[in-house]
Amino acid sequence: MPRKTMVEAIRDGMDVMMERDDNVVIFGEDVGYFGGVFRATQGLQAKYGKSRCFDTPISELGIVGAAIGMAAYGLRPCVEVQFADYMYPAYDQIVSEAARLRYRSNGDFTCPLVVRMPTGGGISGGQTHSQSPEALFTHVSGLKTVVPSNPKDAKGLLIASIEDPDPVIFLEPKRLYNGPFDGHHDRPITPWSKHELGEVPEGHYRVPLGQAVIRREGAALTVLAYGTMVYVAMAAAAETGVDAEIIDLRSLLPLDLEAIVASVRKTGRCVIVHEATLTSGFGAELSALVQENCFFELEAPVRRVTGWDTPYPHAQEWDYFPGPERVGRAFLEVVSGDQ
Amino acid sequence: MNDQPPLSLHVPEPAVRPGGKPDFSSVKIPNAGSVPRPEIDVDPESIRDLAFSIIRVLNRDGEAVGPWAGLLSDEALLEGLRHMMTLRTFDARMLMAQRQGKTSFYMQHMGEEAVSCAFRKALEPGDMNFPTYRQAGLLIAAGYSLVDMMNEIFSNERDPLKGRQMPVLYSSKALGFFTISGNLATQFIQAVGWAMASAIKRDTRIAAGWIGDGATAESDFHAALVFASTYKAPVVLNIVNNQWAISTFQGIARGGSGTFAARGLGFGIPALRVDGNDYLAVYAVARWAIERARRNFGPTLVEYVTYRVGAHSTSDDPAAYRPKTESDAWPLGDPVIRLKNHLIRRGVWSEARHKQAEAEILDGVVTAQKEAEGHGTLHAGGKPSVRDMFEGVYAEMPPHLRRQRQQAGV
Ligand SMILES: Cc1ncc(C[n+]2csc(CCOP(=O)(O)OP(=O)(O)O)c2C)c(N)n1
Ligand SMILES: [Mg+2]
Repeated sequence: MPRKTMVEAIRDGMDVMMERDDNVVIFGEDVGYFGGVFRATQGLQAKYGKSRCFDTPISELGIVGAAIGMAAYGLRPCVEVQFADYMYPAYDQIVSEAARLRYRSNGDFTCPLVVRMPTGGGISGGQTHSQSPEALFTHVSGLKTVVPSNPKDAKGLLIASIEDPDPVIFLEPKRLYNGPFDGHHDRPITPWSKHELGEVPEGHYRVPLGQAVIRREGAALTVLAYGTMVYVAMAAAAETGVDAEIIDLRSLLPLDLEAIVASVRKTGRCVIVHEATLTSGFGAELSALVQENCFFELEAPVRRVTGWDTPYPHAQEWDYFPGPERVGRAFLEVVSGDQ
Repeated sequence: MNDQPPLSLHVPEPAVRPGGKPDFSSVKIPNAGSVPRPEIDVDPESIRDLAFSIIRVLNRDGEAVGPWAGLLSDEALLEGLRHMMTLRTFDARMLMAQRQGKTSFYMQHMGEEAVSCAFRKALEPGDMNFPTYRQAGLLIAAGYSLVDMMNEIFSNERDPLKGRQMPVLYSSKALGFFTISGNLATQFIQAVGWAMASAIKRDTRIAAGWIGDGATAESDFHAALVFASTYKAPVVLNIVNNQWAISTFQGIARGGSGTFAARGLGFGIPALRVDGNDYLAVYAVARWAIERARRNFGPTLVEYVTYRVGAHSTSDDPAAYRPKTESDAWPLGDPVIRLKNHLIRRGVWSEARHKQAEAEILDGVVTAQKEAEGHGTLHAGGKPSVRDMFEGVYAEMPPHLRRQRQQAGV
């Protein structure tokens, strides 16, 4: 099976869908001729023509608003917001419009739309190229929110998202585009070509939304993670020797509650990790669900390890980023009951 | 059955792509001196054609001609040249520093130096700019310390912004330079609000908003125009049309409108286009618009016609989307060379003095860089403290952040 980077896998997913369904259209800032600042749409304009893959004016509101109109018409737009940090101008269109067309028209109009956005930090991008706004989407009824952690999943999840009848926010952890980054920023990264999850099946396949996967089986505690933090948690488990069971959620909404509950009931302990800020982050939702569903099996308080509640800094990036050292310390504290 | 022919989608394309021969025949360039200079209390309706022309002062022979000429002394022009040369040298050194890993990122001004350097000289102390990342000339022409600019770029222990911001997103209230956001266009409307505040307080200060051609597509731009129009805010709204927005040519943001300046017309805002590579023309138009604002005649929209010679940023390679030689074909020339030639023509400058000035400026920039590097670079030497990351989120640190800071052990 060919190995691909995450960008190549995402491009492949769009290519497969454009080939199969001429209702799939792709647009965004710099995505047409150039193929996107991360090159995710490279070659698609040349292959499918300018009316199926094109550059837009710099207006995120315009990109998403126009995509909603097209989706309502019957197309399946898959649009790019250049960085998740730039989605705010589009937020009204996403929250008040895309998320509610189906409900408020009682199914008369629907919105099969995918909004792709690179998310997360670790690239010295400061406060405007590093944010993880997933909780701003999971909080909105009517949206689905997906965060892949590897090329194979990224392609399958993107295909499932494009085929989904409802709007999907597709967050791409940009620090994973080239390899499974584990938070050790001072070490060379393993490229996807050397990782089994870089093996991307050819053609059409889906990874269904709402199915988590266990990346590492373990008995001592359950780790709930997604995106980049999956690899940080793996590194933390390896470095501390804590026998963690690491769950890659893959999709935050719909959420695979069954997988979470089964694991926490088994281990009795739970650590939640995300890069986004702590307060009202998605970890708060996960923590509440674990408490509601596993209270009598819990042997320690649920613990969250996240970015601090500050804007994402430039120079202090690695003090901000919840790296393997901080995550590992939480593992040790939770298993020893020493909190 | 409907027997209409089917519709088709129109997607604008630039005249040439990589491999093609650069072509700017669509950029209509009037002769220097040919555009009239209206009175500042002019009825905007009577100068609609200025939104479609280009105000120019320096002609091909390096002479300053026409009604917009004659505002600047020899000394002021020599200072202007020095500012532009400093900015260019500063850019070259910082690009090199970025390649050497001393910082994460840099954005240069090559070709656009006249716009911010000349505009700054038309402002008064107390006025406020709301700049983008490509107007560092506003700081240099205001006499801001090069060392402090570099401290910010290197995110070092003397970084005035404590390592929180990306390189080049400076802030200096004292010199009328609003903290730069990385989010495009957001500050255009804030400039209007700042100007309205000055009017509310019956002050005499004015504001200047800045935006790129590409970013005019954001709603914030249109919000700024309607607020400025409604309240006749004392603001100069500057569009720097450098032809490109990363890989996207200006036609994508401009659409069917003749020019970016023409966007002002529907709002009843006087709109001027100016040769952005002509220091004298930029200064003259800036002065006109600033005086209008200060005398309570309201906003002006100015489009600077220029060209982004360099890459968008250190993360970009323009060879992928435009002909490599496109900048050589740009018909408005180079702002530094044009001012230099004008000064030689005036008899106050020479090739030899220019060479000497280049060496002196380089020396000054290198000295500043040594000093800044002594305070650290992004990955080496003195850094802002981790504590600084937690400070300044609020005026007073709330308990939850205090707890987090303790957890972080700082
Ligand atoms: C809201 C927002 N969307 C997208 C971006 C990414 N971006 C940064 S610069 C840029 C191009 C801007 O072009 P233009 O306005 O012409 O300014 P120039 O860089 O040419 O000076 C883009 C798309 C951003 N910073 N903010
Ligand atoms: Mg531009």
